[in-house]
Amino acid sequence: MKRIAALLLILLASLALTPAHARVEIDITKGNVKPLPIAITPFSAEPAQGQIARDIVAVIDQDLRSSGLFAPIEPAAFLQKVTDPDIMPRFEDWQLINAQALVTGRVIAQPDGRLRAEFRLWDVFGAEQMTGQQFFTTPDNWRRVAHIIADAIYERLTGEKGYFDTRIVFVDETGPKSKRVKRLAIMDQDGANVQLLTRGNDLVLTPRFSPTRQEITYMSFEGGQPRVYLLQIETGERRIVGDFPGMTFAPRFSPDGRKIVMSLQQDGNANIYTMDLATRATTRLTNSAAIDTAPSYSPDGTRIVFESDRGGRQQLYVMNADGSGQTRISFGTGSYSTPVWSPRGDLIAFTKQSGGKFLIGVMQPDGSRERVLTEGFHNEGPTWAPNGRVLMFFRESLGENGGAKLFSIDLTGYNERQIATPAFASDPAWSPPLN
Amino acid sequence: MLRARSFLNARAGLLLAAAVALAACETKNLPDNAGDLGLNNAAPGSQQDFTVNVGDRVFFETDSAVLTATSRTTLDKQAQWLARYVNHPVTVEGHADERGTREYNLALGARRAAATKDYLIARGVPASRIRTISYGKERPVAVCNDISCWSQNRRAVTLLVAPSG
Repeated sequence: MKRIAALLLILLASLALTPAHARVEIDITKGNVKPLPIAITPFSAEPAQGQIARDIVAVIDQDLRSSGLFAPIEPAAFLQKVTDPDIMPRFEDWQLINAQALVTGRVIAQPDGRLRAEFRLWDVFGAEQMTGQQFFTTPDNWRRVAHIIADAIYERLTGEKGYFDTRIVFVDETGPKSKRVKRLAIMDQDGANVQLLTRGNDLVLTPRFSPTRQEITYMSFEGGQPRVYLLQIETGERRIVGDFPGMTFAPRFSPDGRKIVMSLQQDGNANIYTMDLATRATTRLTNSAAIDTAPSYSPDGTRIVFESDRGGRQQLYVMNADGSGQTRISFGTGSYSTPVWSPRGDLIAFTKQSGGKFLIGVMQPDGSRERVLTEGFHNEGPTWAPNGRVLMFFRESLGENGGAKLFSIDLTGYNERQIATPAFASDPAWSPPLN
Repeated sequence: MLRARSFLNARAGLLLAAAVALAACETKNLPDNAGDLGLNNAAPGSQQDFTVNVGDRVFFETDSAVLTATSRTTLDKQAQWLARYVNHPVTVEGHADERGTREYNLALGARRAAATKDYLIARGVPASRIRTISYGKERPVAVCNDISCWSQNRRAVTLLVAPSG
């Protein structure tokens, strides 16, 4: 559990002398928000901590910029050099360069070898401190501290939880297209700290995070028997989920982490089952002569969305968690697959095939208000950031040398960005919040 | 038009695929020097004999696991061959093209393998001799970006397994 090392958080006393009304905030529910100009000043530090202080500021800058909601101002434009972050900044200097928000901070070595990192967020035109926090952590944990500070800034300015201190599990892809080697891999949401979790001896697909533990469920062809597995991220311990008489695939956890919902293939049909991880009790939820797959729970655990070709083409269906009340919700032109329920509960993301293209879209759980976020030759497999505002998916490029890459996109359909990965990458799944 | 073109390409793909199969064959414990043999020199009863002279694979329409007339002819020949060489169990691999999503394609490949298995059983191959597996869209044999390649990838391949013992 090294990466989840304890981070001590202390709120810094506000420096505002008189209560003022904060003016700066972002409404992120609107499309194509004009990014908020924000000045992130160099954090003060002794020379020995200078590099780490610069690195922390760079990650905060990159996190906020990548959200598409913030436009960090070039430091060359700064008029005031902030030397003591505990003193009120000269707001008029920051107003002149139209910084709406200002971040100051410092990094200090502690006698026990740890670092103390602190920051203050200022409302430039309201002339007051919006928040201030400090963290104690080991130096090797600096990246997480930067993400946590970026989350705090994002949350204070948007009113939504941040998603920078999160991880992505995905499938690393190497080798020729006709004989891809696939490995499970995990990284920070910004593409840093990539670790391979399997060696590539067996084909592995569709990893998904546990909502409650450092654990992944995925599908592996180990031993020529395609089945659903569990993997403990920290220990590498693996086990097969259940003892089913056929291929099991398309696994996901229930929101309480106690069950796996997945498909079981028998002859030409796939049906949806759950297995209780403690009791190993299995329950059959669908019973159709069709392909029922890609199940995903609603965040309250009461319903499941899945895809089925029982009506001819793949469409989305919602059922109660006990399998009752199976109702089709998608009715547009084309076929729909890989539905994923938003962590907020308000939307379902999906892949749609229509007119020779593969689209990523969202709709409400009753099927209304369908909206396309991105389209092209091949986009597939959306996954939600834990705040339900950003999606990640993979996009295949054309040709013998083409392959999959990961992209993120805002729920509004703007701010599409590629996530840097060491090789081709597919099947991303976003972690729950780490803290 | 689309359907007709796809069908023609599927037939062309059959010949192409026979050559590909020599390299792509993953069955263990079979002599792999058979690739050196000429098309008409495949040792009777070998994987190469099966692949070249019978046809080890059948092709499907998009999103379909229905066996075409061509496929049924190929599987009839497979069943005859398997009745003659009774030592080999077989694995039927079901595959899908890349124009579908991952989970669905796993199930679609399984459905194609099951349709192939059922047909072979109906033609007298004992069910106990046939195992199926689906690779979904994970193992394409053709990697271009048009229908001619996708139609080659929508396939069920019958692989001989070395006799046990």
